[in-house]
Amino acid sequence: MLGGVAGGVARWMGMDPTLVRLGFVLAAIFSGFGIAVYIVMWLILPADGDTESIASRAVHDWRGIVLALSLVPLVVLTVALGTALGIGWVSGLAVPVGIGAGGAILLWRNVGSDERRLVAPLVRPLDRLGLTGRGSWRTLVVRALIGMVLVGGGAYLLSSNHATLRPLEGVGLVVAGAVVVFGPWWLRVARDLVDERQGRALAEERADMAARLHDSVLQTLALIQRRSDQPGQVVKLARAQERELRSWLFDGRAPGGAEDDDVMLSQAVHRIEREVEDLHEVAVEAVVVGDCGLDDELRSLVAAGREATVNAAKWSGAPVVSLFVEVEPDEVSMFVRDKGAGFDLENVGSDRRGVAQSILARVERHGGKAEVRTAPGEGTEVGLHMPRRKR
Amino acid sequence: MSRPRVFLVDDHGLFRAGVRAELGDAVEVVGEADDVEPAVELISERQPDVVLLDVHLPGGGGQRVVEAVREAHPHVRFLALSVSDAPEDVITVIRAGARGYVTKTISGPELVDAVIRVAAGDAVFSPRLAGFVLDAFAAEPGLVGAPPSFDPELDQLTQREREVLRLIARGYAYKEVASELSISVKTVESHVSAVLRKLQLSSRHQLTRWASERRLL
Repeated sequence: MLGGVAGGVARWMGMDPTLVRLGFVLAAIFSGFGIAVYIVMWLILPADGDTESIASRAVHDWRGIVLALSLVPLVVLTVALGTALGIGWVSGLAVPVGIGAGGAILLWRNVGSDERRLVAPLVRPLDRLGLTGRGSWRTLVVRALIGMVLVGGGAYLLSSNHATLRPLEGVGLVVAGAVVVFGPWWLRVARDLVDERQGRALAEERADMAARLHDSVLQTLALIQRRSDQPGQVVKLARAQERELRSWLFDGRAPGGAEDDDVMLSQAVHRIEREVEDLHEVAVEAVVVGDCGLDDELRSLVAAGREATVNAAKWSGAPVVSLFVEVEPDEVSMFVRDKGAGFDLENVGSDRRGVAQSILARVERHGGKAEVRTAPGEGTEVGLHMPRRKR
Repeated sequence: MSRPRVFLVDDHGLFRAGVRAELGDAVEVVGEADDVEPAVELISERQPDVVLLDVHLPGGGGQRVVEAVREAHPHVRFLALSVSDAPEDVITVIRAGARGYVTKTISGPELVDAVIRVAAGDAVFSPRLAGFVLDAFAAEPGLVGAPPSFDPELDQLTQREREVLRLIARGYAYKEVASELSISVKTVESHVSAVLRKLQLSSRHQLTRWASERRLL
């Protein structure tokens, strides 16, 4: 379930994986060895489709091994104290927990990236312990001497069974000695784990960036190479890619992110730009001056503007359609202009007049105004105006 | 007027070759450079009429080229040519002294037209730059939070200048703007040059703040 160990063992022994899992859980509850065995098996068993186990990588990881070994004095100390005080379960648990923790450190340093997500919560308590510098040789010697005196004193007190000196004081001395001697080492272990994690975060960020560029830019370049015989398609792809990169670099929007709900007018206008460019092979040059939130009236204005832009793209034959939107205190205006064929307003085919009228009617229904200026050979400009609702 | 002598500054060789091909015989390309330092050196040596300048260069922004050349060779004119939509970049290079800004998607004949215009000392505004300027000068001075203006003439656009900029933003060429407003092309050019001057000289606090805020959006 965690490292997939139970499933692997079950398949190897030809048993039901649920039974094996149950076994591990019971073993973990009753002796603690269940956890240790699980983690060690996770290290040793290669994952599906992976030829080498994590352990075969871990044996080359000297730093990791040193880190794991730093737990040994802690385990020995705990066992000694547990025995001395006659608390059986403490010493009983110390060994499996120690093996488990050492195994967890090696796992953390050597697992693949998808497994790391699972291991992180196991290791996090260890790296919260803190950060500290390392000492020079002299402080090391001094520390060792003080530690030995403390431990020795504690051991003497414990073993002498002196009636007036209570064992608790001996325990205190032994613990203090152990902390003095091994404390910095343990702190270094913790700090190494923190460093490790920061390095990983950086590497993951880089991987994320590479993935994004791969999904967008490299894919597009590959597509362009394959369609190099269709210039229209190539231009379309290149423009779409350009827009996406721009919005990522300059506006901080994630490529391919969800953007179905435009809140601001400028977003809606740039969406017209994008979508019309994608559907019809023309360039749309959108310029937005000012910005404001969208309400029902402005949505209808945007819808009409979109229709006008699509019309220009479809019929005018011009390579560029200009889309200009200005937000003023009491009015929003939108102009869609092309330098294409134009048409005779009085004498157009019923389909095109229908479209023009639907644009005009839509805006007027919401209290706005619209005008169309065109003549054959002189391009077309549709102007749309919508009063702003007072707040 | 003879063919304008043009110098290209862009760090992409492929792009420089493309521009050279699009400009064709209408202009004389006297040199190319791919970074700030060689550009400054070669421009000083060859004295072109117009430098087509990329806003982004490896050794710093295009404005560094303008700043380094402007003092010693005031007759060399700059036209910014960029894919960058970031108002900050565009405003910076214009304020350094470039006489216009066009996007790299501009068509060949339009680019030639822009070069000739800049060589003649006029300003060239693409629809996008016109939109930037309208946006930057939009807030009326005297609004809450706006600092007092020390030079109202520099810090505000006239009604007529606004009209001209609006039409440019709507995709009108100078000639079309002129006929729309029933004025001469020369008058349109002088309005645009006046706007360029305001853009370069205005101490308007909003201008920089606006540009950097737009970038953060």
